[in-house]
Amino acid sequence: MTGANSFQVSGYGPERAGWTRLFARDSLARRLDWPILLSAIALSLIGSVLVFSATRNRTELNQGDQYYFLIRHILNTGIGFALMIGTVWLGHRALRTAVPILYGVSVFLILLVLTPLGSTINGAHSWIKLPGGFSLQPSEFVKVTIILGMAMLLATRVDAGDKQYPDHRTVVQALGLAAVPMLIVLLMPDLGSVMVMVVIVLGVLLASGSSNRWVFGLIGAGTMGAVAVWQLGVLDDYQIARFAAFANPELDPAGVGYNTNQARIAIGSGGLTGSGLFHGSQTTGQFVPEQQTDFVFTVAGEELGFVGGGLIILFLGVILWRACRIARETTELYGTIVAAGIVAWFAFQSFENIGMTLGIMPVTGLPLPFVSYGGSSMFAVWVAVGLLQSIRVQRPMSA
Amino acid sequence: MTNIPETGRTPRVQIRLIVIQVLVLSLLGTLGGRLWYLQIREGDAYAKEASGNHVQQVVQPAVRGSILDARGVPLADNETRLVVSASRTDLLKMKDDGEAVLTKLAGVLGMTPKEVQEKVRLCDAKTPQPCWNGSPYQPIPITDEATPKQALQIRERAEDFPGITAEPQALRRYPSPGESNTAQVLGYLSPVTDTELQQAQDTDSPYLRSDQVGRSGLERQYDKVLRGKAGVTRYEVDNLGRVIGQAKADAAQPGSNLVTSIDARVQRVAEYELNEAMKQARKEWDRNTNEPYKADSGAVVVMEAKTGRVVAMASNPTYDPNAWVGGISAKDYKTLTGKSSNYPLLNRAIQGQSAPGSIFKVIPTAAAVNAGYSFDGPYQCSSSYSIGGQVFKNFESKGYGPISLGRALEVSCDTVFYRLSHEEWKRDGGTKPKKNAGDWFYKTAHQFGLGAETGIDLPNEVTGRVPDRQWKQDYWKANKDAWCKYGDKDGSYAEKIAYENCLEGNRLRAGDSVNYSIGQGDTLVTPIQMATIYAAISNGGTLYDPTVGKAVVSADGKTVEEIKPRSHGKLPISRQTLAAMDDALAGVATRGTAAWRFAQVGWPQDKIPMHAKTGTAEVYGKQTTSWFATYTKDYSIVMTISQGGTGSGASGPAVRNIYDALYGVSDDGTINKKNALLPTPAKSLPKVRTDGTITSPKVSKDPAKDQRASQESEAGPDEPQLAGTVAPPTNENRDTRRRRRGSRRRGSRRMLT
Repeated sequence: MTGANSFQVSGYGPERAGWTRLFARDSLARRLDWPILLSAIALSLIGSVLVFSATRNRTELNQGDQYYFLIRHILNTGIGFALMIGTVWLGHRALRTAVPILYGVSVFLILLVLTPLGSTINGAHSWIKLPGGFSLQPSEFVKVTIILGMAMLLATRVDAGDKQYPDHRTVVQALGLAAVPMLIVLLMPDLGSVMVMVVIVLGVLLASGSSNRWVFGLIGAGTMGAVAVWQLGVLDDYQIARFAAFANPELDPAGVGYNTNQARIAIGSGGLTGSGLFHGSQTTGQFVPEQQTDFVFTVAGEELGFVGGGLIILFLGVILWRACRIARETTELYGTIVAAGIVAWFAFQSFENIGMTLGIMPVTGLPLPFVSYGGSSMFAVWVAVGLLQSIRVQRPMSA
Repeated sequence: MTNIPETGRTPRVQIRLIVIQVLVLSLLGTLGGRLWYLQIREGDAYAKEASGNHVQQVVQPAVRGSILDARGVPLADNETRLVVSASRTDLLKMKDDGEAVLTKLAGVLGMTPKEVQEKVRLCDAKTPQPCWNGSPYQPIPITDEATPKQALQIRERAEDFPGITAEPQALRRYPSPGESNTAQVLGYLSPVTDTELQQAQDTDSPYLRSDQVGRSGLERQYDKVLRGKAGVTRYEVDNLGRVIGQAKADAAQPGSNLVTSIDARVQRVAEYELNEAMKQARKEWDRNTNEPYKADSGAVVVMEAKTGRVVAMASNPTYDPNAWVGGISAKDYKTLTGKSSNYPLLNRAIQGQSAPGSIFKVIPTAAAVNAGYSFDGPYQCSSSYSIGGQVFKNFESKGYGPISLGRALEVSCDTVFYRLSHEEWKRDGGTKPKKNAGDWFYKTAHQFGLGAETGIDLPNEVTGRVPDRQWKQDYWKANKDAWCKYGDKDGSYAEKIAYENCLEGNRLRAGDSVNYSIGQGDTLVTPIQMATIYAAISNGGTLYDPTVGKAVVSADGKTVEEIKPRSHGKLPISRQTLAAMDDALAGVATRGTAAWRFAQVGWPQDKIPMHAKTGTAEVYGKQTTSWFATYTKDYSIVMTISQGGTGSGASGPAVRNIYDALYGVSDDGTINKKNALLPTPAKSLPKVRTDGTITSPKVSKDPAKDQRASQESEAGPDEPQLAGTVAPPTNENRDTRRRRRGSRRRGSRRMLT
């Protein structure tokens, strides 16, 4: 375990000051991954505009203040940005020591959700109401702590040089660590978040170099489980219908099917360049429910068209591409696993979120990273950006 | 910068990271591809769906064009009424099927809740009247006589009355200028049906759910031009239906106005005289059946001889076209169409067909000349003509000796035509026709336009029938089975006939040809056909397509599309024959069977040469049909009364009165121009003002009564009785001045054809 000040490994002299120091060779600014940072900022800003467009007329939501959501989204972005700086400041290695605490806190919070303190939004009992109209969605933070916790367990002995790969015992411990909060989230029930966590676990296992048996065994078990659930009739017909409605909206025309249908109409009608910001009739007419959160991509699709929607996908692509590089280039397995976990998280959540608006994925309540309105999600993804930057900053400079 | 990490990074991890990277990129690629598919490839379809999603159409019905008479007097126009209607679709969405709303509505309208409930229930086999028999998706009118206060109450509390609308609506009105009714010519409207709605969906003039469609007469014939185009305002609405903007507005294009050649005053006179003649006929005793004449139906056509334009067309029995406005009640519908109704909806001028009797004789006259017989003859007008023991009598068994064809027309000598027709029949080979049979008598009838539609601009005209060899053959084929079954050699008269028909009904027998020659037997004509033929004789031989529509004037008055007279042929007569026939028909009015209606009762023949032909057709099992066909150089008038008696007897006075009204002729033969309604056919169209409205003169309260009154008030010719101006209704009680003409001549009534 390295100390909290491992950040100074970069070693620039105290005699350099101000901008010169900031932008000097080997400086922190030089070593930051700017494409990721700029893409994340761009996505957050696009998100604020889209959230504004989606909510400015929803008087039943914005309490008569059309800037209500815009201001909050920008505020969330700011807090998220600060969290990122804090994360970079502390460094991922420092956080490693804090993992047990973070893990404990996040598990405590999701347990809290199950108590009367928790509240239900859209059928998922996954929020904690805070005073002042704020609410917390602890499952977002669990994503981060699962990554950090598993990375800690899996990488320690490898990074110490004891072993080339994590042994079975470690893998079991890591899986156990992930399983506890996942089971709790499953109870909420927040199936979408569980799906993301499963993918995170897969990504982490892959990146850790664990035995193929674990990876394929897990995939196999998951598939078998899904088939079993499907075949054994554990789910009610309506649940299956809701799940399948993304492909055939007529299965659940008033519920998920309606969402799917309206979302598809909104995006489809956007065409190449869209109807123009604030000119989308589907958006203005409030035909798409949850448009500022889970279905925010439909605003982009309708008002900004293929160009705007493509840009969002492109920015996400930049972040994921750079994150993959960070995973590959960092020297420690710990950093690799964290970066890969974040890649798995962002990639799956983005694909699921955009995919459901495009009608190729089932509808679940997952936010689009950076873009969707929602504090918890925003904080979590910015912390993740901080982790990526920290991994990048702290790897030894190559020539 | 690939690096082999010093910390023992293994190739397994590296490979797996690359796999992850590829996987991630392919996921993003999938999203991009799907996005392209939705937005670029399928984009148009979704855009369309989106616009259907958030656009609500508010339809503003176009104002239907008016139907005007030749001087611009409206025969059909619109009036605005406050209509309160209920949408069943909206009511059924409520928990109590809208009962509470309807009860509240009843309170506002001052009706009982039950009344309102009954208005909106749908008609079916078990539901008695009142009920709604239109489309269930259409707003159902509860009342069209709401007061502005009631409408306001409903509109101001729209949330209390979901599904209820109170809106001014333009309703069709048939104002009956000067008591003219014109019902069958104008036709009527009724709501569009589902099938029509579907059929017209993709045409250039689609229907609206609330549209009224012309069902008969001019309303149907000119439906497309009268209807105009509904205005559609498209509002963008949100998911709750709240209006968030106006997308597009197409203003309603009001329908064009139709100017007809009908003159409301002449129409009124024609209707009145027809009705009076029928009433009078019912007072006459039929010596053949020993009961009064039934005079169950009749028709009269007044036509411009030189153009074929219809100045008046009346059919009796008639109905009030306003009965259809705002939805016809089942009771009214039954009285109009039921078995005991005598079918007042029929326009008997174009849809009533019967044997023409002697007014047909102009056709065998022309046929005989065409077949090579001399017009001048002479031909023996014996009192009877026998064929193989069967005796065909002249009417009232009167003989005139050897006469010309002209004289035969004048005195309506049947035997002359019997003989000629029989001779021709024999020449053509009798029952076994030669290959090159001339069939002149039948060919000529076809050339006169019989057995075919005249092409009048009114729907559902019937063709009548020329009973030629082909028809006999076809008819026999269709009926022989029934005849052969029913026929009995020794049975009743009808059974004997059936037996005979079964044996040789496919052959044109000698008797058939003889009967046919005087317009009896199986011959059928319509009044409009005969008016067209007599107009052609008047105008030198041109058979015009009769027209009622004269011009289509756009609502703004900027485009006036005149409907030009068109002809469908020439009479197959030489100029000389036509002139001779013209003389003979004038002779009918001066010396012949119609003289007692014209020359002998003060018709100014020198100033207005009158030509006429009377007809009394016998119909098996019924009383005789009265026919009267006349023409001057300007007009041809044909009247018929079914079971009405003789031509000149029943129809004569009425036709004379119509002429009197047209020309302003008094009983003593003086012509008072001031009384003349239309001494020459209207030449110009009514004036269209710059705003598109059409000027129209005032029509007196009842031109028919004015006309009769003018006949009485000849002593005071200074009395202002200007046609077309407001005539002071000097004498409202018509009983005091009616029936003068009828009673005056009653003593001298002769039975002639």
